[in-house]
Amino acid sequence: MVRESNSGVVSRAPVKIGVDNLSIYYGSETALEGVSFDIREHEIFGIIGPANAGKTSFLKAINRMDMFNSNMRVEGNISFSGHDIRKVRNVYGLRRRIGVVFPLPVGLPLSVYDNVALAPRLTGLKDKAELNVIVERCLTRAALWDEVKDRLNSLGSMLSGGQQQRLTIARALSQEPELLMLDEFSIAVDPVTTMRIEDVLKELKSEMTIILVTNLVQQARRLADRTAFFLEGKCLDVCITEDLFTGEVSDQRTRDYVEGRFG
Amino acid sequence: MSMFEATQNNRKNLGRQKIFRYLLGGMTAMLILPVILIMATLIYKGAPVMSLDFLFTNPTNGMTEGGIFPALLGTILLVIVALLASVPLGVAAAIYLSEYAPDNWFTRAINLAIINLAGVPSIVHALFGLGAFVLFFRFGTSILAASLTLAIMTLPVVIVATRESLQAVPMAFREACWNMGATRWQTIRRIVLPNAVTGILTGVILEVSRTAGETAPIMFTGAVFFLPFLPQGVFDQTMALSLHLFVVSTQVPEMPEAVPYGVALVLICLVLLMNSVSIALRMYLRGKKKW
Repeated sequence: MVRESNSGVVSRAPVKIGVDNLSIYYGSETALEGVSFDIREHEIFGIIGPANAGKTSFLKAINRMDMFNSNMRVEGNISFSGHDIRKVRNVYGLRRRIGVVFPLPVGLPLSVYDNVALAPRLTGLKDKAELNVIVERCLTRAALWDEVKDRLNSLGSMLSGGQQQRLTIARALSQEPELLMLDEFSIAVDPVTTMRIEDVLKELKSEMTIILVTNLVQQARRLADRTAFFLEGKCLDVCITEDLFTGEVSDQRTRDYVEGRFG
Repeated sequence: MSMFEATQNNRKNLGRQKIFRYLLGGMTAMLILPVILIMATLIYKGAPVMSLDFLFTNPTNGMTEGGIFPALLGTILLVIVALLASVPLGVAAAIYLSEYAPDNWFTRAINLAIINLAGVPSIVHALFGLGAFVLFFRFGTSILAASLTLAIMTLPVVIVATRESLQAVPMAFREACWNMGATRWQTIRRIVLPNAVTGILTGVILEVSRTAGETAPIMFTGAVFFLPFLPQGVFDQTMALSLHLFVVSTQVPEMPEAVPYGVALVLICLVLLMNSVSIALRMYLRGKKKW
């Protein structure tokens, strides 16, 4: 069951994402079954769990990516700031409020500048000066500006892996998202860059809600206020992250996973 | 036995490797040989009639003298009008099939139909064009009817080439855009199409070659043996190089031997010229390729 913290801002903040009895199916396969919990504003919400646990499907459902996959079926309810996302008429507007970072960096085949300017341009922004400001601000916040400021016109896909991942974070920030979803962002990134990105996330927390899917238990421990443990399509635990490590979790399997005794 | 001494098995593999290397190389050489022979023969036998007069004057004296200008102009017009019809239609259809169409039996049926369309013999296209464009739509035997017939015939080339090049653009690019709140069309317009242009041009190159060379589809629909004047618009009939080649090779007695070779040489050079324009464009775009 969901257990709230006795102190701290997390429990008192309004609900950003409400998940109620969410199930996700691909054809006859079940990816996620009967998941319910709330994600609160300005918290970093970690999701840990082994492969095939339904973590990525969960993110896809929030962003309504089921619209692009006729095989994917979502049941139950997800609310975004109190609005049922199934009833949102302008799903494009919903997606613009949600930034997504993928496991493998996807540098679009555009220049560094155009990568970051793409989202504002999609909404119709053409003013060069405004775009310049957005590009510099987002790249700076993604801790990439100093490395690319002299080659904004070179290809985004030609940057190194770690730089590309920070570029995708800058791109996500250019949407000025209320929610940032990161799906195992450090999988193709060196440890130093990972730490830099983690520092960025800690700063971003004051401005947005962050969902951090990770397969690194220690990363969740470093960043997440609360953490959910997904296993084989079920959410076994949602708790204050530190409780995972002090043994105060209800499910034995969660304890085993966190302690690396999973097999 | 020393460490690096070849075993019997090693030697067998090395021997085979040599055989296959020369065999495959030889096959490639045999492919190039006919091309070289054709070009050499055409240049050798066609050169005597080559001149600016040959290119830019009307045929005279029962086509045995004078030039081939009406046919040259006619072929260029036929190709241009055919491209104007088939490229927008083919690219649009390919975009729909690749980016929008749901994966169901209907889409699969359409794809199958396109492949079958590519297999229809050109003489059947000719008769279809005669029935549809010349008679039903009342375009008469005209450049328009002939070009539309050619367009229908080459549509599969454009559609398949475009669809393949669209699908070569990684899915991750689309998903990144969709996640940002881009519509399907914004994604296509900004990311997918710019990266598929080189492949689409390849399809157009193939189409140009085929369109310029075809004879059967235009025989009944717009091309004529001989016209004493140039076409004034798309509803006029025209001469065409491919048909002209057929005529001067088989239909006219006492034709000087060099003329058919000259016509063939002009036709091939025209196709090469049109191709080289799109190849140059393609190389320019590929230089800007982004991933």
